Amino acid sequence: MANSSTSSRGLAGTTLRINLSTGEIKRYPTDEKLMREWFGGRGAIAKILYDEVPRDADPLGPENLFIMSAGVMSGCFIPAGAKIGFGSISPLTNGHGDSNMGGHLGPTLKFAGYDMVIMSGISPKPVYLFIDDDTVELRDASQYWGMGSLACEPAMKKDLGEDFEIATIGPAGENGIRFSCITHDFGRQAGRTGQGAVMGSKKLKAIAIRGTCGINVHNLDKLTEQVTAIIKRTQTHPNMAPWQKYGTAFFIEWSNDNAVIPTRNFQTTYFEDIKGISGDALVERCLITHKACFGCWMNCGKYTKAVLPGKETVYLEGPEYETGALCGSNLGMTDINQVAYLNWLMDNVGMDTMSGGGVVAFAMECFQRGLITTDDLEGHTLNWGSVEDTEHFVDMVVHRRGIGEYFAGGTKRAAEKIGRGSEKFAMQVKGQEMSGYDGRYAPGMLLSYMTCDIGAHHNRSWTITVDMAEGRDKVEGRAKVVVYLQHIRPLFDCWCICRLFWGELDIEPEEIVESLNLITGWNIDAAEAFKTSEKIWNLVRCHYLERNKANGRTFDYPPARSWEDKIPTGPSAGKGLTKEQIETMLDEYYACRGWDNDGNPSREVLHDLKLDFAADNIEKIGLLGKPLPNGIPAVRGERYKPKAF
Amino acid sequence: MQQVFKDGMEIKRIKVISGKCSGCRLCMQICAICHYGEINPKKASLRIEAHFPQPGVYKPRVCTQCGKCMEVCPEGAIYRRDDGAYIVLVEKCTNCGVCIPVCKPGVIFQHRDLDHVIICDNCFKCTKLCNTGAITIHTRPVKESK
Repeated sequence: MANSSTSSRGLAGTTLRINLSTGEIKRYPTDEKLMREWFGGRGAIAKILYDEVPRDADPLGPENLFIMSAGVMSGCFIPAGAKIGFGSISPLTNGHGDSNMGGHLGPTLKFAGYDMVIMSGISPKPVYLFIDDDTVELRDASQYWGMGSLACEPAMKKDLGEDFEIATIGPAGENGIRFSCITHDFGRQAGRTGQGAVMGSKKLKAIAIRGTCGINVHNLDKLTEQVTAIIKRTQTHPNMAPWQKYGTAFFIEWSNDNAVIPTRNFQTTYFEDIKGISGDALVERCLITHKACFGCWMNCGKYTKAVLPGKETVYLEGPEYETGALCGSNLGMTDINQVAYLNWLMDNVGMDTMSGGGVVAFAMECFQRGLITTDDLEGHTLNWGSVEDTEHFVDMVVHRRGIGEYFAGGTKRAAEKIGRGSEKFAMQVKGQEMSGYDGRYAPGMLLSYMTCDIGAHHNRSWTITVDMAEGRDKVEGRAKVVVYLQHIRPLFDCWCICRLFWGELDIEPEEIVESLNLITGWNIDAAEAFKTSEKIWNLVRCHYLERNKANGRTFDYPPARSWEDKIPTGPSAGKGLTKEQIETMLDEYYACRGWDNDGNPSREVLHDLKLDFAADNIEKIGLLGKPLPNGIPAVRGERYKPKAF
Repeated sequence: MQQVFKDGMEIKRIKVISGKCSGCRLCMQICAICHYGEINPKKASLRIEAHFPQPGVYKPRVCTQCGKCMEVCPEGAIYRRDDGAYIVLVEKCTNCGVCIPVCKPGVIFQHRDLDHVIICDNCFKCTKLCNTGAITIHTRPVKESK
């Protein structure tokens, strides 16, 4: 089946299924029902993983699937419509995992004629997936195996042509480091949930795509009119100029001023040397050019170079906020060039800078407390603020040398090995390291981490401004906002567009749903979109319970530092949460979702979401939630408009 | 078909400031949408050249109106309009591609769907969506042109 030169209604039309063990490549018409009911991207990935991956499958084994999906909106002239989603059972969390990135790969997959690629098995030798319109091949990647991500991309472009879009993994992914990422466009990453490790386990080094097909949409004239109007209207939005200038690095100082920035492994929330790693420092000392994803007029990407004495000058994209926090203040780095260098280092070895920063910070605190010593570190130290120490430690982890093996599975697994109370400050939930905000005086943010379906991650709900507006000492009432945000924010990951223009430029969900309808011809409203997102959320929860076989509540707790340690310094000194408050938030959250107090979805809510099959499945293992005394809430989550900064 | 230019007329073309381009390709998308009614950057009449990892710069490539394409066209299928644009007469163009290698910025394209070459027609829709000022409309009076 040759690709048609143009597609219809936002879809490219074809889905690929590739068995990496046998090399078999099959083409199927894209399942439009799946796209409509599960919204493509994260949603379609969640449904396929739920239906097809055996519950006891090893995330790094042949039965796990590795899926990439460009959703229904990527590449469709929608602002920031540049994402591609990756999904598999996460080697970090042992549950559904998905991660997405911008750049140009998602749109290019569709321009080549494909909506989704579903890969199974393990290749007998290193390969890369080559897609050039109708030509789809698994090609030998032995010449690229072992190369750093940032070195591999230009090498492949040189071999294949500049107009190929490339995604690669680095040695971390090849070596099964569980927090490995996928890198594309010289610095865009699908970083979370260890998707790079899954690629590596399948011996899939890279993906290279070129496409010449067009995408047709339901109503191009109206879409063009609407999108043009959005672009013109937002050009003068007060957030546009700082966004274009700094990208998310703008929030480094803001987070510090508001005392939520993780510092030295979340020991405190205020970093005394923040000026050295701020957005201004980045722009003044490292910036080369602003860099945008496909079709995005906000250009938040900052392409930079890091210059450190005694080191080769390196080129990278970033550090954006999360890397700035987690590889900056969280490691005690005082100079933006240090942070940028570590950003480059982790990008090139192919580890997520967020989990990577979390893992290094955890190791540094272990060293600070004498739980690991220079004897464990091949004679090296691991001190706060030391690039040399970090570089050496990262090398130990990537190559699983000595104690590096402990950390190759992330902080949770490392803490289990190290013991001696280190679990308390292993800053993760469900195995995934926390994002760059300390939740001790931002309770909604902590609840967001606790209940995030893929382990601690800010992407699903981000509540710092909600906490500030509604009262940081108060935990009551926070759950319903978290639930709402957990419905709206993942929608962007389904549609494979960036959420930042919604958050930063005051674009209402209704306007984005209108774009969706103009692209697809679906004629849905925002309420239906939220409900579909809720369905996906509940399916992922059921999947997690089915794989991990215990009450949901047992998995939803943060590390004990979250309630045992008060914030010691800075503007929030003395603040913190009690265990009781954390329990209150969980109680409220479950009630708000229609789950029982053990954190298990009830049949009533699953039925309402047309997930009776999932209710049956969790009932079989005794994890179906008990009926709620007062029934389930008619609407789960309360709409909340985040306040501007 | 050669346009006779007179004093007082204005020639317009796209002006590029490379350092401002962030590589979003909105320009390429709107170009294909306006001319071919589909979202397909490969049907655009301009390109964004990315120079990464070093030095890290995007260079928009646009028609400079040098006129070489018109000179070499064996079919006489390209003419110059009075705003300066070189226009392809699609009914005369045989898609032979002789004009492609002589185009210095490399912005004449063929596409498998089309039986004629793609050349910029000065609609300037691209400049209107550019949010960084990397491509703008440059106007000059004919008197100063050669």
